[in-house]
Amino acid sequence: MHVTGDTVPAVMLDGVSFAYPGGPAALEDATLAVERGSFVGIAGPNGGGKTTLLRLALGLERPATGTVLLHGRPPGTRGGPRVGYLPQRAHLTAGSPVTVREIVSAGRLAVRGAFGPLRAVDRAAVAAAIERVGLAERADVPLRTLSGGMQQRAFIAKALAAEPALLALDEPTTGVDAASQETLAALLDELRRELGVTVLYVSHEFGAVEHVVTRLLLVRGRITFDGLPSELPGHLHDPSHVH
Amino acid sequence: MLRFEFMRLAFAAGAVVGLLAPAVGFFLVERRAALVGDGLGHLAFAGVAAGTLLGISPVGTALVFAVAGALAIQWLGTRRHAAGDQALALVFYTGIALGVVLVSAAGRLDAGLFAFLFGSILTVESSDLWLILALGGVAFLAIGLLWRGLVATTLDPEGSRVAGARVAALDTVVAVLAALTVGISMRIVGVLLVAALMTLPVIAAQRLAWSLSSTFGLAALVGLGSVLVGLTISYYADLPPGGTIVLVAAAVALVATVARPVGRAR
Repeated sequence: MHVTGDTVPAVMLDGVSFAYPGGPAALEDATLAVERGSFVGIAGPNGGGKTTLLRLALGLERPATGTVLLHGRPPGTRGGPRVGYLPQRAHLTAGSPVTVREIVSAGRLAVRGAFGPLRAVDRAAVAAAIERVGLAERADVPLRTLSGGMQQRAFIAKALAAEPALLALDEPTTGVDAASQETLAALLDELRRELGVTVLYVSHEFGAVEHVVTRLLLVRGRITFDGLPSELPGHLHDPSHVH
Repeated sequence: MLRFEFMRLAFAAGAVVGLLAPAVGFFLVERRAALVGDGLGHLAFAGVAAGTLLGISPVGTALVFAVAGALAIQWLGTRRHAAGDQALALVFYTGIALGVVLVSAAGRLDAGLFAFLFGSILTVESSDLWLILALGGVAFLAIGLLWRGLVATTLDPEGSRVAGARVAALDTVVAVLAALTVGISMRIVGVLLVAALMTLPVIAAQRLAWSLSSTFGLAALVGLGSVLVGLTISYYADLPPGGTIVLVAAAVALVATVARPVGRAR
């Protein structure tokens, strides 16, 4: 978990540019340093590069130029922070009936590695993550029998099971009802305040988390705004970009 | 039937193959890479041909060819030299063409080749059994120790990368396990049908299971049952074991699919 007072940024991008093969630049010259324990909302129009920014930060895409560091290390290297990740439109491709507990248990990979069985402490962490998203009674039910919103909550539990220092969520409220969005916002705020978890929250809709976001990035091919949500200039306050 | 040593050898080897092929095939099917087994089977055929030409153990050369092919598919795919199916096609057709050329050069384009293509209960030797037991044991040990990592990378490759897992290494483990399975299964079911034993029991199990781990267990049981029943039918009806075993597995998969279509599966 996060050590309070550590000055190395949770996420640092320096002059990062990126283009998908054969396409125009998806992101140009992105530079930012995210303090540990902050809740960063990443907003912008569709195709503006907000998911690309997140994927670059996590090491899922390699920048054409520039540097990306997580807790001072290149993403994916040993000794880096534990990361919980909820991808955009998370879904299962497996043909088997995967239960909620099985998918959430996969989140312990960040803690326990790939080798050997889960221990009692891991099973307890998985149960706690499932409990936190309100799926305890459906823990052993196949995911595909649940509603889209419940499935999304299971994937959020998977990210939480990693006991992450950095939680990266891409459109986490897709298909989730308003009450569950409020619950998620409260949970993320609690994780940030009590455990110092850094949250990167990509969304086109910030209604539920507006009051807990500590920093807002607006991405439109480049970072066009970086500051407190209350500082967002009126001309950028487009409902299609930020709630 | 079991008073004959060749049948005892066939059943012992078949039991290992029946459990292992679906266990490894489980990861291929869940990764939507079921045809990898087929591609490796064709490469194993080239290996058999090379062994025949060189006058050395065809099982050993088949294993070498299959493992090399698995690593090649993995390398071509991860380095983005070729899309997954293109890498598979390249290896697949190279294997079958090389096999035909080598077998022809060895002057063995005859009925004896059928034993390797479609399996034969007469061809399992005690040295084969020990090799099958040893490699099967190694494969099951690897699956047991790496179960969580293999499952996590199967369910969510990107999430596993972000979690710091060595996804490419785990993918290579699956590819090599598939190659080992092809190599040790070919005596029983033949190189052309081994992929069927890796996939059909998993398809059946997916319809009947209630979780990921139960799919794995049921697939292994269906595989074991198919081999034991298929070998028995093969013995009494004097049929090639590979085809008989795969027909039994296909029947189970068909019944399971009709009884519980994908949309209605739990």
